[in-house]
Parts: sequence; structure tokens; C-alpha cells
Amino acid sequence: MTDGPRPAPRRPIRRRLVPLLAVAGGALILGGCQAPTFGAFRGATTQGHDEFKLWVGLMIAGLVVAAIVWGLIFFALARYRRRSGDQMPRQFHENLPIEIVYTTIPILIVAGIFAFTVVTENEIDAVSSHPAEIVHVLAYRWGWRFSYYSPQGRAQGVRIETSAEPRLLAQPATSKQYPQLVIPLGETTRIVLNSADVVHGFYVPEFNFSRLAQPGVTNRFDFTPTRPGVYRGQCSTYCGLYHSEMLFSVRVLPAPKFTAWLASEQSSQAAAAGPVAAKTTAATTTAAGGRAAVETSSAERGAGS
Amino acid sequence: MTLIAERPALAGHPEEEHGPTGILKWITSTDHKVIGKSYMITSLAFFCLAGIFAVLMRTQLASPDNTIVSQHTYNELFTMHGSLMLYLFAGPFAFGGLANFFVPLQIGAPDMAFPRLNALSYWLYLFGGTTMVLGFFTVGGAADFGWVAYAPLSDAVNSPGAGPDMWIVALILTGFSAIFTGVNIITTVFYLRAPGLTMFRMPIFTWNMMVTGLLILIAFPVLTAAVVMLWCDRHLGTHIYSVSGGGVPVLWQNLFWFFGHPEVYILALPYFGMVTEVLPVFSRKPVFGYRGMVFATISIAALSTSVWAHHMFTTGVVLLPFFSLMSYLIAVPTGLKFFNWIGTMWRGSLKFDTPMLFAVGFLIVFLFGGVTGIFLASPPIDFATHDTYFVVAHFHEVLFGSAVFGGFAGFYYWYPKMFGRMLRESLGKASFWFMFVGFWVTFMPQYLLGLHGMPRRIAEYSASTGWTTLNRISTVGAYLLFVAVAIMLVNVYVSWRRPIQASANPWDGHTLEWATSSPPPHHNFYRLPPIRSERPVWDYNHPEHTVHKYEEERRARRQGEPVPAGAVAGATERGAGEER
Repeated sequence: MTDGPRPAPRRPIRRRLVPLLAVAGGALILGGCQAPTFGAFRGATTQGHDEFKLWVGLMIAGLVVAAIVWGLIFFALARYRRRSGDQMPRQFHENLPIEIVYTTIPILIVAGIFAFTVVTENEIDAVSSHPAEIVHVLAYRWGWRFSYYSPQGRAQGVRIETSAEPRLLAQPATSKQYPQLVIPLGETTRIVLNSADVVHGFYVPEFNFSRLAQPGVTNRFDFTPTRPGVYRGQCSTYCGLYHSEMLFSVRVLPAPKFTAWLASEQSSQAAAAGPVAAKTTAATTTAAGGRAAVETSSAERGAGS
Repeated sequence: MTLIAERPALAGHPEEEHGPTGILKWITSTDHKVIGKSYMITSLAFFCLAGIFAVLMRTQLASPDNTIVSQHTYNELFTMHGSLMLYLFAGPFAFGGLANFFVPLQIGAPDMAFPRLNALSYWLYLFGGTTMVLGFFTVGGAADFGWVAYAPLSDAVNSPGAGPDMWIVALILTGFSAIFTGVNIITTVFYLRAPGLTMFRMPIFTWNMMVTGLLILIAFPVLTAAVVMLWCDRHLGTHIYSVSGGGVPVLWQNLFWFFGHPEVYILALPYFGMVTEVLPVFSRKPVFGYRGMVFATISIAALSTSVWAHHMFTTGVVLLPFFSLMSYLIAVPTGLKFFNWIGTMWRGSLKFDTPMLFAVGFLIVFLFGGVTGIFLASPPIDFATHDTYFVVAHFHEVLFGSAVFGGFAGFYYWYPKMFGRMLRESLGKASFWFMFVGFWVTFMPQYLLGLHGMPRRIAEYSASTGWTTLNRISTVGAYLLFVAVAIMLVNVYVSWRRPIQASANPWDGHTLEWATSSPPPHHNFYRLPPIRSERPVWDYNHPEHTVHKYEEERRARRQGEPVPAGAVAGATERGAGEER
């Protein structure tokens, strides 16, 4: 404690300041121990975790800049408060060297941030040439359809879809009435995203990722999950009356379990739907790989919707 | 010696005694002050209405699975909240209300360049705005496709009914109103400046309004064209935005945001200007880095036309690095402005009257909104937070920060000039503190909600999401903001019922609007002080403390000479010499 004897009027401010600083310092230290996330998800995919690292870096840079500027503002407010009515400050109005300095420094900061941004965005946007699994996601008012195509010889043509009309009250995204996208752990799944009607947003918060599902635009991106679990997903872009209830979930399963799940889904769907599902399966298994499967499904969708 | 350049009183005053009074005066007037006040009152009415919508929405979100309003009503509410706030409040309050009133005053002009066009602007705005709100009384209700009206959600199939059509017509009408006002402001600034008022002696508010006018001319015609095409899609069978007819839905997003991002600065620059007026006056200093401020304004405006696709990072069809870099670059001139604002207060003599409180509040809150804006300019972070409450919190911090904190700073600062009476300081300060606390309580939880995955524009959420507590805190904050605005309205009411007369120059102001009476006479000025810097009224009232004199002393001190006696007269004469 540096708080020695001081002139009387200064003491109350000091007294208030010391605990405040202690609290702020304590918070900083505690935050440091826990490796702060600043409220964000760590990202359950490699892509999402890349985003998270950039987020932490930017957050620290942002907080440092904000703290400096706030510090200057509060210092000015406290220090230059008018104490007597006729106080007249010096009328200085410019200082070119300082102005050049505080124009140049932000340019440098921005250049640095931009470099990290570009590196990260290239990692996140990179699409694998050999995805282990391809899932076509079709968004429509107000639900989702996930159609599976396996370039690596797993069961084909499985389709998971919103089963019922939306309820009046939102259930948890993981409840049975909303569709579940199941993807393998540690393998790269390609999502091919499209919309049947208006613009939707395919958003999985814990993957730190969203992408618009738009009519007339097909988006492709990869997920490589690193943690098994069930994650909530939701339409993020406003799409009309039941936007709030356009939920889904994502289950990440270890690869063998995923293969088994896909096979059992395929047989149960084939049994339930009969010839239609069988035809789809036939068409896609004979195709020479993922790309062909993609085209088949697009043609199908074009004819169907 | 006297510094007053005596000018003959402007001919034809006082006309008020002969002209119509009351409602007839209001309807027939082409006086920029009457139109400015009409604009201001109308836009504040829309602001209050939109604020009530916000409170309703926050009440709905205070609990999971809430059914206070239906999903359909909620969708109408957020659409109209956004539309009213952005199209009918934040812009018109600044460029229709305060700019209309104060740009002619600040440049020593008797009126706007085109007074009748000015009146036309107002009436288009009033009827346009009313048309939008009347959508609530149609069978299908008001427009409910969000203030951005993304195609194809806004087409005739997905959004049928008269409400959306009224929204479109309202945008066309108010769009033209804004364009006319833009033309008017630019022409006024270029042609009606008083003798001696060179471009680099214009107050920063006037500078910003001129640049805003230019941005309006760039942005609003695009919006108007886009909504006309939308109307054609809805009614004339064109397929500009529909896939089925060979159109391109994403074209709407491009056109809309090509308007939308300059619009953000159309909403921000005027308020930057107001803050730049208030800070020097309550610091008793000239603006720090005047030229830097002007160039920052111009570069923000220039950059704002090439960043629109940062609203479309998640569409997957835009060039990410380009729009990311351009968006980042806006931080540079904005940062320059920030440091200049701090420089203005530095070593000043700060007096915290209500306008100054709001201006300082603006600095504090806008900074945080600006920093989160940097995050959002990064595409990967935008992927994680796009269309979530993180974005909602960000743009409320910048827009609420500028339009409400900056706007109220301007409102409290200029209210005495407009109405000739003072607002109560105690109520003003109470209003500020409610607003400042309410602001953080409302919007900080929304950042966290966004990071926890809460999308915007959802009418309800399940308790299993864990969003309840943060939403509840945010709702409490919204109520505090409601109280703050209510206190401001009470303040206006009190000043109306029990007026305290305002003097011509109650704040010891710097610029020409303080050289005339409060409220100003019909043609504004009977005489003007000599204009030898950007602070003519200050120079006139404080001849010992002009910038010229400060420079004179500094030069003398540097050269080791004694400070020249009578430097004031010398300074002023030299200033006058420069002019010729």
C-alpha cells in the first residue's frame, strides 16, 4: 500500500480507488488462470477452434486499446474539470506530430489484425478435396433436411428431416421434434447448403460458425469435429413467422458408431419408405463418388421442389 | 475598439407579426426553423413509438416461452422498431431536424437555399412515415420482414398484404425526402455562407452535415431504386429478385447494403458533428485538430461506400479480404476523431452541464461499440456471431451511442436556441444517468447472449438454452432507458409550462447560431460578428483568448521576445487581412 499521509481533501478519492484497483487486478489474475474465453465457445471443430483463437487475440488487442482510450478520457474528465468559473485554458488547437502518430498507430494495428484475419479465414474456408462424409442441408420454412452421401463407402441416401409442423412453444433444440444432423468425430464432413424458399442461416453456435442458406446459391464448407457431444443449432437469419422454432441439433459420434448409425438409419428408412428410398440408394451407390452424388441430389431437388 | 462589423438589419423583418400563426403557420411555412422543429417533433414521436416497441419486445424476451405477444406481432414489432428508428428517427432527427435548423444559422444564412423544397421534404417525410405506421391497421398487419426486407422473404408470396406495400411506399417517399434535404444542405453550404466564412472556418457540425448530404445522394437513390424494383416484383410480375424467374435474390442484399452501410454513417456523422460542437464549448477550447476532423469525416464517408459486403460475409458470395480490409480501415479516421475529441478536452476547463454529459457518454459508449465493430469486420468472427445478439448489441451501441447520446447532447445544447427557454439541469442529469446505466445494463448482456448463440429476431426461446438470466437483465436495462426518455419528455414539458428564458448565448458558445437571439428572428440575423476563425462568437466575446492571440504569444515566446501588448487587435487585424 503506497497510501501514506496525504492532504485531507485527496484521501476520499484514494480510499475509493484502492479497492477498485484491487478488484480489477484480482479479476485480471483470476481471468488469466482460467485462460479467458471472453464469453465465447472454444469451438467443437478444428475450424471453430481457429476462430476462437482469433477471437481471443482480437479481444485482448481490443480491450487494451479500449482501456488506453477510456483511460485517457477518464483522466481528462477528472483532471480538467472546471474548478472556478473564470478559469481560462490555453487555446491550443493542433499538434501535427501527435496527430500523425495517432493516425499511424491505428493503421499498424489494423494491418496486423488484418493479417491474422486473412490467415484464419483461409483455414476456416478451406474445403477438403476428400471429405469423409457429404451432407446436403436444405433449409426451408420452417425446417431442415439432411441428406447423406458417403464418398468412402458408408451407407448412402439417409435422409433426416423435420418431422412435424412447428409447435407454439419452443422445445430444446435437442428434442426429438427437431431434426438431428449426425456427423463423425475427427473426420471432415462437407456441408452443401441450400435453401428451398427464402434466406435462412445455418448456425451451430458451438462450432463458432454460421452460413446463409440461400435460394440460387450453393454454399460448401467443412466441419472437422474434435469433441463428441450434442450441439444445438438454429436458423439465424430471419425467415418469417416461425423463425424462432427453426431448430436442429448436431450429434458428433465416434467414427465406428457413426457408421453403424448410418447403416441402421438406412435400413430402417428403406423398410419404412419401400421402393423410393431403395431407388435413391441405388442411384447414389452406383455413382463414382461424392461429386456425382451431389449432382444427382441437385437434379432430384430441382425436380422435386 | 469595437470588433462588431455593423451590418444593416436584414430587410423585411419582423415578418412573424404579419404572417399566419398557429397551425396555419406550421402548414404553410417555408422557414427552415419551423420546418426543422416540425421534423424534430415528428421524428421524436417516431422515436418514442419505436421505443415502446422495443420495451414490448424486451418484455416478451424477459422469460423463456413467453406469450405476451404472438410470434406474428413480435415480427411486426422488430420490423417496425428498426424501420422507425433508422428511417424515420435517427436520420430525419439529424438532417431534417437539427441540421435544417442549425446549418443556416451556423453559416450565417437567412434560410436554406431552397425553402420550398425544404417544405416538400418535410411533408414527404411526414406522410411517408405515417404511411409506414398505418400498416398496423391493414388486414395482414404491418410489414414483418425485418427492416432489411431480404428478398425473397419480402416478395408477394412470402409477405402478402398491404402492410409490406405501405412499407415500400413509405421508403420511396421518405427516400425522396432525404434526397431533397441532402441537395438542400449541400447547396446551402456552398452558396449561402456569410462573408469571411471560408470552408475551413465552417463549424464541424456543418462540415459533417455537408458530407452527410453527399452520402445521402450516393446511398438513397440506390435504396429507392431497390424498393421500386421490389414493388415491381410484387405487383408487375417482374422477377428481379426471384430465382424462379431467373432473378438473383442476393442482388437485393447487395443493393440494400450498398445503401445500408453509407446509411450507417449518414446516421453517425451528424451526431459526430454535434459532439464536436458540444465538447469545445464545455471545455472552453477550440476543437483540437480541426483539419484532421474534416479529413476524417471525408475519409469515413469515402470508405463507407466500399464496405457494404461486410454485412454479407456469411453469404459465401463476396470477396472477404477486400471488404474486411476496407471495414478495418474505417477504424483509422474514427480513431483520429476519438483522439481529437480527447485532445479537445485535454487541458481544457470542463463543465459538466447536461449536453456535455451526453457528449462524454457518447465517447464512452461509442468506443466500445467501435471496438466490437472491429471484431465484426473480421470474417471468421462474423461467421461465429452473424445475426446473433452480438451484432444486435454492437449496432445498438454505435447507433444508440451516436443517435441517442450524441443526439441528446445536441438536443440539450441547442434546445435553448430553438425554443428560447432552458431545460432543467437536474432533470437533464437524471435523464443522463438513467440512460448511461440503462445502456450498459441493456446491451452488455446482449453481447454475451450472442456469444452463447442466441440469434436475433427470435420471438421466444426455450429455458434449456440458459439465456433467461441475461435476457432478464437486458430487459431491466431497457426499462431504465424508457425511464430516461420519459424524464427527458417531462423536462420538455416542464420547460414548456414554466419557462426559464434562455439568453442569446447561454453556454458561452463558439459558432454563429449564438450570435442571434433565442429563438432567432425570422431571417435569423440582424448583424454578424466578424468571422476570422471557426469560432466567431467566441472571438468576439473573448478577444483576449483567440487562437490567433495564442499563436502570436507562442511565436513570441519561442523567439524569446516579450509577449506583444495588444496582440488581440493585431491578431484580429491580421485575420482580417488574410481574408482579403
